[in-house]
Amino acid sequence: MIHPIPSGTRDVLPQETGEVRAITDTLRTAFDRHGYGEIYTPALEYESVLARADMAEAQPAYRVFDETGVVLALRSDMTVPIARVVATRYASSEPPLRFCYFAHCYRGVRPQRGQLRELLQAGIELIGSPAPEGTAEALTVLCRSLDAVGLKDYRVGMGDASLFPALMASLQVREPVRHGLLEALVWRDFVELGQRLHDAGLDGEAADLLLDVPQRRGGPELLTDAPEPAVEAVTGMRRVYELLDPDVAERVIFDLGLIRNIGYYTGAVFEVYDPALGAPIGGGGRYDELLGRFGRQLPAVGFALDVDQLHQALAGEERGTGLLLAGSADGAGGGALS
Amino acid sequence: MSPIHGLKIAVPRGALFEGTVDLLAALGLDTDELRANDRKLLFEDIGVITMRPSDVPTYVEAGAADLGVTGKDVLLEQLGHAPNEHGRDVYELLDLGFGRCTMVMASKAGPDPAVESLRRLGVMRVATKYPRIAARHLEETGRQGEIVEVKGSVELAPLTGMVDAIVDLTATGTTLRENNLVVREEIVVCTARLIANPVAHKLKAAQIDALLGQLRGLPAASA
Repeated sequence: MIHPIPSGTRDVLPQETGEVRAITDTLRTAFDRHGYGEIYTPALEYESVLARADMAEAQPAYRVFDETGVVLALRSDMTVPIARVVATRYASSEPPLRFCYFAHCYRGVRPQRGQLRELLQAGIELIGSPAPEGTAEALTVLCRSLDAVGLKDYRVGMGDASLFPALMASLQVREPVRHGLLEALVWRDFVELGQRLHDAGLDGEAADLLLDVPQRRGGPELLTDAPEPAVEAVTGMRRVYELLDPDVAERVIFDLGLIRNIGYYTGAVFEVYDPALGAPIGGGGRYDELLGRFGRQLPAVGFALDVDQLHQALAGEERGTGLLLAGSADGAGGGALS
Repeated sequence: MSPIHGLKIAVPRGALFEGTVDLLAALGLDTDELRANDRKLLFEDIGVITMRPSDVPTYVEAGAADLGVTGKDVLLEQLGHAPNEHGRDVYELLDLGFGRCTMVMASKAGPDPAVESLRRLGVMRVATKYPRIAARHLEETGRQGEIVEVKGSVELAPLTGMVDAIVDLTATGTTLRENNLVVREEIVVCTARLIANPVAHKLKAAQIDALLGQLRGLPAASA
């Protein structure tokens, strides 16, 4: 008999479980070595509690009623539940607080696209440690963890969620226009961005900057010739960069257009790329205002890795068959899978 | 011959093929075999793969190609761009200017049957190969509609009385006229676009920017 399970969910059988376990065990050891204590929280939360956070596109997608008619929701990430835990259970603890987790999160999907409803995330949250030190620590833990599992060719893209809004403000873009410009950037549609700039009647130099700056990405040289309105965000990025050890710093690429589809980010944001996979393996950033929404105003930063994506990237690197690779088989072997 | 800046490019067969290949040739790629052999799909030595236009975003999103060329109509149909719609995750980098068409709503000549349906029945029936674009257009113009998805000649649907109107792409309007259909509304103008995989866009930034620079320098590109 074949009994179906919902699309976007999977059964994980012993061979795969063994490989995934090797990855998560290695990550757990790496997180632990940096002082991050593992926590569990319920998969089901009160919807009204999760709704305190601005999740934008990553909002909880599944809701049920409990026996008294209260609406519960399946968590869509671990950052919001941990913000709740900190405000509730660590209300008077001395920061910084360090947590890590390995947990399933639940997202809405579009049919026929291979998207997961249930995804396994591994991540950390560093609470009460402001930029730039906290951000540098999170990036360091991120890179050391990926090194530990044996991922070879990854890069971490770093941007700043406040950069484009600051650029628009200082170029005196009218308030009603701003949302539309940001939206085009979130869509990753530079043609539309150009069109909307034109439609808004923005003049040459301002329009050029707003179209050009978010397309700038590359090495640290990017930080030296940033235009005036972007200087503050870029200075923030440079401060983080200067705190990084050389082996972490060489993994970082700067991306002045990086925007994540979760609304609570306030400063540095990052994303992990590997040439063996066509999509980011994970990401994170600073969320200095989220904790305040739960009643304890603390700056915070964190990242989450999609364990299945990481597994795929490791397997791709090992086989030398990564989609974006040239197809060569050198660089095979090693890592948590062998 | 080697790929342009080491990049793998998804090239659409069909209406956008000529324009795309001309562009690649102008960038210095040896396109002779690409033009000569329309059954071959993979041209490894020049970094080109060919496919139907609607498959281009799929291959680019997965990273099987770094860049691709496809119509805005395909992107609009697949990308979503509405609240809570998670579209294909690709960058749209450049309007290439060629392959210009208009997405229109058309119905039989004479009094518009769609208007009568809306007035008397409250809904209009629309046949299309672009169900999401059609549904979004009706929604944005505050009309209730029933979308009928067809795969072949859309013009047939209103002529048989199955639907009140169609939403389709037209370049010259000839096919519409020959089938006694008239354009009632222009929805959006579509041209060929250059798209990129989001990871390639970061990890191959220098190569992609070099290619973009070359493209912007060509007289053909509108951006």
